[in-house]
Order: sequence, then structure tokens, then C-alpha cells
Amino acid sequence: MLKTFSKGGVHPPENKLSAIQTIEQLALPKTVSIPISQHIGAPATPLVKKNDSVKTGQLIAKSSGFVSANIHSSVSGKVIKIDSVVDSSGYKKQSIIIEVEGDEWLEEIDRTPELKKEINLSSEEIIKKVGESGIVGLGGATFPSQVKLSVPRGMKAEILIINGVECEPYLTSDHRLMLEKADELLIGTQILMKALKVTQAVIGIENNKADAIEHLTNLTKQYQGISVQALKVKYPQGGEKQLIKAITGREVPSGGLPIAVGAVVHNVGTAFAVYEAVQKNKPLFERVVTVTGKSVKKPSNFLVRIGTSVANLIEAAGGLPEDTGKVISGGPMMGRALSTIDTPVTKGTSGILILPEGESRRGKIYDCIRCAKCVSVCPMGLEPYLLMTVTEQQNYERTEHERVMDCIECGSCSYICPSNRPLLDYIRLGKVEVGKIIRTRKA
Amino acid sequence: MSKLLIVSPSPHNYGNDTIKSLMYGVLIALIPTLLVSLYFFGVGALIVIVTSVISAVIFEYLISKYILKTKPSIMDGSAVITGLLLAFNVPSNLPVWIVIIGALVAIGIGKMTFGGLGNNPFNPALVGRVFLLVSFPVQMTTWPAPIQSRLQYLDAVTGATPLGIVKEGLRNGEQVSELVKQIPSNMQMFIGNVGGSLGEVAGLAILLGLIWLLYKKVITWHIPISMLGTIFIVSGIFWLINPEKYMDPVFHIIAGGALLGAVFMATDYVTSPMTPKGQLIFGIGIGFLTVMIRLFGAYPEGVSFAILIMNAFVPIINLYVKPKRFGEVVKNG
Ligand code: SF4
Ligand code: SF4
Repeated sequence: MLKTFSKGGVHPPENKLSAIQTIEQLALPKTVSIPISQHIGAPATPLVKKNDSVKTGQLIAKSSGFVSANIHSSVSGKVIKIDSVVDSSGYKKQSIIIEVEGDEWLEEIDRTPELKKEINLSSEEIIKKVGESGIVGLGGATFPSQVKLSVPRGMKAEILIINGVECEPYLTSDHRLMLEKADELLIGTQILMKALKVTQAVIGIENNKADAIEHLTNLTKQYQGISVQALKVKYPQGGEKQLIKAITGREVPSGGLPIAVGAVVHNVGTAFAVYEAVQKNKPLFERVVTVTGKSVKKPSNFLVRIGTSVANLIEAAGGLPEDTGKVISGGPMMGRALSTIDTPVTKGTSGILILPEGESRRGKIYDCIRCAKCVSVCPMGLEPYLLMTVTEQQNYERTEHERVMDCIECGSCSYICPSNRPLLDYIRLGKVEVGKIIRTRKA
Repeated sequence: MSKLLIVSPSPHNYGNDTIKSLMYGVLIALIPTLLVSLYFFGVGALIVIVTSVISAVIFEYLISKYILKTKPSIMDGSAVITGLLLAFNVPSNLPVWIVIIGALVAIGIGKMTFGGLGNNPFNPALVGRVFLLVSFPVQMTTWPAPIQSRLQYLDAVTGATPLGIVKEGLRNGEQVSELVKQIPSNMQMFIGNVGGSLGEVAGLAILLGLIWLLYKKVITWHIPISMLGTIFIVSGIFWLINPEKYMDPVFHIIAGGALLGAVFMATDYVTSPMTPKGQLIFGIGIGFLTVMIRLFGAYPEGVSFAILIMNAFVPIINLYVKPKRFGEVVKNG
């Protein structure tokens, strides 16, 4: 039976143009720039300096706290400088820039294609290994994975949910991974189950990926405790809270974490990275990135070394189309518009979407006609029109009272509004202001 | 790299709904009703509708251009809807000049004084209608007979509406079993062969419009169903108590403006609540008030007043009736 989450949601056109393109290894670039902050939390501390030689997979910046992540070199070569580079957030971030020479990997990395099923590490060792390997949530959230695996005292994980929803239109990197690296990601899932000490894992996949559902369902017969749940297509099903609701029927309480209802969610890309780290000793330094768009000549799924310039990916997909208006890191609903394509791919880059000029501008804004569509599509049960109004009035007390902090920034409200109102822009502003107020109250 | 990229916050794609597409959806839904009223009321209907629509559009244009000094948005279709709905709410023999006054009040006072589409608390067409009803009670309550007055306009043969006949009769102490002989059957009324305002007679056509609006997701079921359901239940209770003193519930749904009001007037976006729960309260309120006015008020018909009264409660409903927030449940299962 198909499941889905109950409240709100929209159905943007899927446009999965690159769904049938197998994952292709992208040629090594001449240089890479690897930001030391590619995750939520504190930036890592660089361990290398100018003129140092590094090998592929070598630790080059060290996690600087509980919520932080190690960074490894994605290439072999020489560090030419440590400089600030504009990343996908549009801000300048410190980056380690390496000139590529050959491709010499650290010896301890197992580069053979053999599948390694046996899990030898203990729960604690797995969590440690995941942390050392610099793994973060690869769905785009980039939250350090070992933190999510460390269940807080007094709480208990009951179910592991693997997020194979990929509800963002256009993106297909997770879809391809599920088809091409199914065994690896199932073993990765078992490793995560062992780390969390749970006996049940469910992989949630929307039914627009029937081939992946079938393939994984067949394979799970060999993997104890793992099952596949087909889901009805609806955005934002890949949102953690929505996915937990769809699969378990439980609602993560407002302001709470998934573990409060016994659930832990990891992305399929993360499960694959965990396999490589634990079984193959390979830290996270490459990932699958979809490059797509209606005018793109060759929509593709590339296996890319972290730090490669987005320009290289676009070149490999047939070049930047004439009519380009926007280049987006991520999907059309939640991705970030890049100010330049000389931006490095980071751990959170799930796709590069190129929109033609004609689709890049917003329509004229009209008065709210009170159609209530934004209210009916909000998956969090909020009233976007009202949140926008009270934020505009700088009535932050009311903004907080109307639960602005529950907003997951899915964009469904702005997507549906017939008056083109910039609802989410204002709601984000409201969140920032209310966030400040909450912090001063705590202090 | 020289190409300048466009940068804006997410989301980067948008749905197909625009104000225009939604308003045109309503206009299409109004077509069956329009055809039925033309069929039964002929020339008079045509004159009233054309006058009302054209004057509504012109007033909107003039007021936004010269008084509000904004760019007129008459192409969005909302003024056409107001004009049509006003026409649907008056008799087909209403003189042109009264129709024009109605349109001026609807657009000028009902809509533009509040700043135009989106800001008006009361349904503009109903503001126009009620103004006319109070100012021109005689003209507003003489109803041309269907079919036979097709080729007549001001000189149409007139008669009372079924609701009027029933109200008058009951007041004079007549029994329901006597009165039903003087009015068309429920079935005749349902197809529209009955005296009344020119758009409210066409029950069947209005229901076709409702199906379209629901199918196209222009509106949700909450308001029409709760309003009609309440009318049915409340009038049904009275009917069960004394069927000689009160008409049956099916009559109350079909007669008068209940269907037109439930499908096209109460569902007006701007003047109805924002949450499904609020919309149910709103619909139930209108249904209840409609029956009360019909059974115990001075007027035979109460839909317009009921909707306007509930319009006034919308801000309060929006303030207190909140959607069910995600994660509010304490208990999990
Ligand atoms: S208010 Fe937030 S959670 Fe609700 S639809 Fe808008 S962006 Fe999504
Ligand atoms: S979707 Fe837009 S027009 Fe409709 S109620 Fe929300 S803000 Fe207003």
C-alpha cells in the first residue's frame, strides 16, 4: 500500500530528465578548492599549509567540535594556497586550494570493487569511523552524521529510516545510486542499524521511481530487517518530519528531534558513504551530482570529487546553455541560486540545475486574495499569509506565537500562491528575527 | 565567466495558479447558470447581465485609475464576476439605471473603498444587492414569470417567488399542504422553471458549476457542503416538528438563493475564512442564519443577509480558528 504524509504538500512537475543516465566518473580537474566548512556546525581546522603535498583521501582539516566534520583531500597534489572562495551560500568561505598531480590514493583505502558484507566493527567503532570519515547528511542538510548516530541519553532509537524519496524535481543522484549501488547502500544501512542498535530499517521511495523500488525490494530479501516502503509522490516528502510521518504515522513534536519519536533518518547517499567508510576505509571525498535543466545538452549524473568547480560539471554536460538565467545548487524548491559557476562542489551538492532565463524571474506581486491555498499546502500546518503579514508589521511576538520556527522552508507556500507573494522570503526573515529574540531570552 | 546569473532565494519554480486562472475558473463555472437564466428569462436577463457586467468593469477601471491611482487590473476577471453575480441576484425586469447603481455600489463601496481585490471584508455583489433591496424594495421583489416573459423586459408578467408565496401564505394562516399547490414542484424549481432572481433559479446548472470548481480545485467542499447541509438539517428539524407549518428541507435547498449563495457567493476567497475548520464554522453559520431569517424574519429570503453577517465574523474566525499544527499532538500512535 502506498503511504504519504497527511498534511499539505504540492505536486511540482517532476522533470527528472537525467533519470536514465548512469553515473559517470567526472574527469579530474586541474585544481580543487575545498571549503573547510561544508557542514552545519563549526568549520574544520586546516591541518595543511601552502606547498604541502597531499594524497587522495588524506585528512586536511580536522573537526573542531562535537557538531563539526573532518575534511579530506579529494585529489593528490600540492596545496597552492588557503584562501577565501565564494561557495554555494554566496558567502566567502576559507578553502584549501590544491593543484592536482596524478591521483595517488592513501594506501589504506580499499579500491577493489568487491562487495564486503561482513560488518566487523562494534556500534561505538562504527560511530567513530563515520565521524573520522567526515560523513555528513548528503541529502543537502549536511548535518554531521555521527551526531545523528549518537542517541542522547534516556532516548532510544526504534527505527532507522533511509530517505530515498528525492522529492525535489529534476534531481536524480539518489535514484541512480539506488539502482547502481543497491547492495552497497543496503550494507551501509545494516551498518547504520548496528550503530543505532535497531532491528528495523525502512527505505522510503516515491513511486515515480518504480525501478528502484522493485530492485531494492528484491535485494532486501537477503538483508534482514530492511524493507522498502513505496510512497505516493508528494513534495516535501523528503523532509525528515514528513517522511517519518509517512512511514511510521508519528509526528515529531514541534521543536523536537526525530529521536523523540524513536526515529533516525539518513539519506541513501549517506548510507552509501557509510558503507565506503566502514568497509572500504574510504573517507567522504566524492559524491554523485546531477547536472540538469531543460536546455542542458546532456543531463547527467556525475561522480565528482569534492572541490571541483561547478563550471567543470556544466562543461561535461554540454556547456552552459545560451538562454541560462539561473544556476541552482540543489533542486528548484529548496536549492540556492549561485552567483557564479566558479563555485566548488561540496558534500551537500546534490545537483546543479540550470534554469532558462524565461523561468528565472518571479512574477509580479499582487495583493493577497485570501484564497487560503498557502494554508492548505503548508506541510507544517502554518498560515504563511499571516506569517508574512505579521513579519512585515515587525510584530515578532505574534510571529513567534504563530509558530514561525516550525517552518521547514520547503517553499510550498510561495510555489502555490496565485498572487506571487514572496511568502517564504518574509518567513525566513521572521525566523531570523524570532531566533534572535529567543536567544536573548535564553541568555 | 561574464554571464550574469540571476540570484534569488528559493523556491525557484512556481505553480500554474494565477489570480486570472482562478477567476476564469469561476467564470467558466458560471456559464451553465448564465445559459439557464437566458433560457428562462430571455431578453430581460440579457439586458440586465450585459449592463451589470459592463458597468462593473467600467467602474472598476475608472475608480482604480482616477481615484486610487493604481494600474487597473480589470483583466483579472474579478470585476466581471462581481458584475455577473450582481445580475444573478436581481430580477430580470430591473431597469437599467437601477442595475448601474447596483454595480456602482458593489464595485465602488463593496470593493474599491477598501483598496480593491483582496482587501474588502464583504462580498461586493451582495453589498450591491442588499443596497438595491433596501433602496428599491418594489422593483427588487417583482419577479418575471419564467419562459412566458422571455420576449419582454420591463413589461414582463410578474409573480411572487415560491419562498414569497410560502411566507405570505403561512403568515395568513394557510397550511403547507395548501401552499404547495400554488408553487412549482421541487423538480421544476431544480431545473429553473420558477420565478426569482435570474441566476438563483438554476439549481442543476449551479451544481454543474460546483462540480467544475471542485474538480479544478478553485474551491474546496467545506463552505458549500456545510452551508447546504446545515440548511437541510435545521429546516428538516422544523419540518419534522410540524410539516403543516414548515416546508420540507429539499424545498429550502432548492428554492431561492441557497445554491447560488453556497456555491458562488459564500465561497468568495476574499470574504471567507482561511482554514478548513473556519470554513466549516462559516458555512454552518450561514446555513443556520438563512433558515432563521426565512422562517422567522421579515424577509422571505435570507441568504444574502446571512452571508454578509458571517462575512463580518471572518476576521474573528481567522484569529481564533487555527489549522492543526504539525507536531502539536502529544500522543503518538
Ligand atoms: S510556511 Fe514554511 S513549512 Fe509552510 S509551506 Fe511555507 S515554507 Fe513550507
Ligand atoms: S496563497 Fe497567496 S493569495 Fe492565497 S492566501 Fe496565501 S498569500 Fe494570499
